[in-house]
Amino acid sequence: MVRYLLPLGIFLVLVAFLAVGLKLNPREVPSPLINKSAPAFELPTVRDPDRSIGLSDLKREVSLFNVWASWCVSCRHEHPLLVELSRRRIVPIYGLNYKDNRADAMRWLDNLGNPYRASAFDSDGRVGIDWGVYGVPETFVVDRNGIIRHKHTGPISTEDWKNTLLPIIRDLQADRG
Amino acid sequence: MRLLLTVIVLLIASVGLQAGVVEPRGFDDPAEESRYRRLIAELRCLVCQNQNLADSNADLAKDLRNQTYDMIKAGKTDEEIVSFMVNRYGDFVLYRPPLKSTTFLLWFGPLILMILGAVVLLIQIRRRNIRPPPKALSAEEQEQLKDILADTGEDSRS
Repeated sequence: MVRYLLPLGIFLVLVAFLAVGLKLNPREVPSPLINKSAPAFELPTVRDPDRSIGLSDLKREVSLFNVWASWCVSCRHEHPLLVELSRRRIVPIYGLNYKDNRADAMRWLDNLGNPYRASAFDSDGRVGIDWGVYGVPETFVVDRNGIIRHKHTGPISTEDWKNTLLPIIRDLQADRG
Repeated sequence: MRLLLTVIVLLIASVGLQAGVVEPRGFDDPAEESRYRRLIAELRCLVCQNQNLADSNADLAKDLRNQTYDMIKAGKTDEEIVSFMVNRYGDFVLYRPPLKSTTFLLWFGPLILMILGAVVLLIQIRRRNIRPPPKALSAEEQEQLKDILADTGEDSRS
């Protein structure tokens, strides 16, 4: 009896590992910036090259920092959600326009709506590297003190928003985070 | 013929060893150039995650190669460049995983499993080889043995 229990035991352990492992996304790179200060930056805005935007604009309030580009197809999937969020004033959203062309970016916002208080124009992607950006879109949740509390890679689905991002934002806004 | 085949196979295999640097770089200092080549071979492309920065055509790889080049030119040490990357992208950006408590199983797991397997195998072999030595037959059993041998002898003759 014991002889049959040992291979069964090993098999069950293997099943347990597979049950957990197969749900994980091997391509996802966890950010080492979580719970660290967001990298400081100073960039011209997309709309007005003479105006600049920096990390200090994201502080004072819990905000979302959304990395987007007019050439990014997946960004279109989450854009309606972002526009709705900004319309309902749930959380201020700032954009990082990553390696884009100014005219294309502005046309994209005109066509699809502009949820951003302001978008930073990161033409060579150096600020993106500082934030550990490796794909577009990515969204960071930054708290009042400029600490990165969460990073979401890929477009934000309604489930992602409801189940993950909104609770984090509400906690931070109530100073519970 | 076999020699020719071996040479051809080795030539094809050597393609993987050649430095696939995409952009030509102007280095005055050969030491800097070898540092650059080594660094971009040791850093992973986060987009094509099975390639290092030297081999990848991804935009991000190009940007990170530029970053590495600029930092070498600015006089940063290898450690400073590596920690720049790790601070932003985490340990995964290192193509060779560092030896830490969290990567212990990754490094030594296969070796440990192999040793475990060898130990189990040895125990099983030993167990099979331990047989009690055959006892001598009693007088009665020797009579029975003679009868059996006599019977088989008769059958084979007929």
